[in-house]
Amino acid sequence: MEIRNAVAGTLESGDIMVQIAPAETEGLHIDLDSSVAAQFGKQIRRVIEETLTGLGVENAQVKAVDKGALDCTIRARVTAAAVRATGKDVWK
Amino acid sequence: MSTLKDRAAAISAQAGKMGKTVYQETQEAKNGMFRRDYQKENGKVVTLEEAIRRSGLKDGMTISFHHHFRGGDKVVNMVVAKLAEMGFKNLHLAASSLSDVHAPLIEHIKSGVITKITTSGLRGELANEISHGLMDEPVEFRSHGGRGSAIATGEIHIDVAFLGASSCDPAGNASGYSRSENAKSICGSLGYALPDAQYADKVVIITDDLVAYPNTPNAISERNVDYVVVVDSVGDSSKISSGAIRDSKNPRDILLAQNAAKVIINGGYFKEGFSIQTGTGGASLAAVKYIRESMIERGIHASYALGGITAHMVKMHEEGLIGRLIDVQSFDKVAAESLKNDAFHKEVSANEYASADEPGSATHFLDMVILSALEVDVNFNVNVLVGSDGIIRGAIGGHPDTAADSALSIIVCPLLRGRIPCVVDEVTTLITPGSTVDVVVTEYGIAVNPRRPELAERLRAAGLRIVDIHDLRDRARKAIGTPEPLPFGDKVVGVVMNREGSVQDVIMNIVD
Repeated sequence: MEIRNAVAGTLESGDIMVQIAPAETEGLHIDLDSSVAAQFGKQIRRVIEETLTGLGVENAQVKAVDKGALDCTIRARVTAAAVRATGKDVWK
Repeated sequence: MSTLKDRAAAISAQAGKMGKTVYQETQEAKNGMFRRDYQKENGKVVTLEEAIRRSGLKDGMTISFHHHFRGGDKVVNMVVAKLAEMGFKNLHLAASSLSDVHAPLIEHIKSGVITKITTSGLRGELANEISHGLMDEPVEFRSHGGRGSAIATGEIHIDVAFLGASSCDPAGNASGYSRSENAKSICGSLGYALPDAQYADKVVIITDDLVAYPNTPNAISERNVDYVVVVDSVGDSSKISSGAIRDSKNPRDILLAQNAAKVIINGGYFKEGFSIQTGTGGASLAAVKYIRESMIERGIHASYALGGITAHMVKMHEEGLIGRLIDVQSFDKVAAESLKNDAFHKEVSANEYASADEPGSATHFLDMVILSALEVDVNFNVNVLVGSDGIIRGAIGGHPDTAADSALSIIVCPLLRGRIPCVVDEVTTLITPGSTVDVVVTEYGIAVNPRRPELAERLRAAGLRIVDIHDLRDRARKAIGTPEPLPFGDKVVGVVMNREGSVQDVIMNIVD
């Protein structure tokens, strides 16, 4: 699947900003910066990974800046970024 | 006839009996200067360095400060920098509170100038460093009432107090405002500085407006003051209402405020002559608006409002809805101006405000208090000091004092702040014991402490939705998932003292 640079989300409290770029090497590379990393870092990474895999994105560079977003918000932002990156609309 | 000369032998004999000397008339000429000029040279005015030197301050001693300029304070950094320059080491800094602006203390801790801190709160980079283990000795945290008690009993012995004031005369009569045309700053009440002024061995007033004697009305009397130091600026008054205080337009805060106001109005204490204190959280300030409307509608008046006084309270006092304002700390310029100009707006010391061992302190007569929280747990314990990341980021303030002494204590907090749950199994740090907390208001319902069944009944009867606090916890957990445990180390970086002097909790260091 071809990936372009794409972004979704904001840096507001309670939100997450997700940037997707083509992967330099195989696999999903997630760079996470979170205000709640100590308590929720693993969970946030898992949600990002699961969402991308579910959309068929298996190779990508992901940069996520999290300001305490809930899982539903993370899924929505990751999905929006993935749709923009792949040009494949999943909502139709 | 007996003349003075005739009685000389008798005077001498009496003096001998009393172990006193006999009076000898002075040969010195009387000073004939105009007293406005005389006070300038006969006062206590010296430079900061001279004041420090003459105070007898030595390594290992305790220095103290107040935090009435809050985020605009300049005194702590100025004095500690001077002490460092003069080569002092191993000092104990006993502040009423510390905030973001005190980050320069980090360097003075590293270089051994400051080796112990007692305070109500810590914020910003200083708090972050201390949470990571910057100091060998743990920081002692006390409530405002607890600090007043500890100073009065000598548990905290202050050797030299450095107290910022917005005006002072050469004799040392000092205030948190100035009536002169050269006024540079205003902080209003000096309530947290009053125990220091009364009990410290030496008191240095630091002012940016030296006025002529007599600077009355005054907060601090010359009889407690040893030296007066004049500086360019003691604090930036525009930053008094920075930090904790904000006026909210957030719809969630407004919902919380409406719920809190309903608890106030229906809790059984909303009657003629009631007394109230509100905290500085957005919801707490917004609640005041609804309470005011109800007071007007029902023709009810409050006897006094307590605390940190804000412009909201001043307005209600001026409208005749609140009889007296009792002010330990002015939270904005409007409150500071009111304290200056209104005799019914009373300045009180921390002890008169909230000390457990002072039977006449104002909290003892307080009906209701609205307080905020970082976390509440299922046993109604509250944390307002340590963030959910384990890093110190707040202040105890008068939280445990007002919760314990009031007839009805109401905690207002959202269920979640982003992904951070506010209703939890167990608070990160125990600040206000659950036995003193009556009601917890969230946007998902109101929980009443099972110790107060009559309160739950009244609120239910008024149609409020009362929920079990465990349900609130479950609801929060469902939204966020289960957090992983915080990476605490095994070094004690903070001690939480109960307001009556026992050790209530410890704060461990956090490891990255």
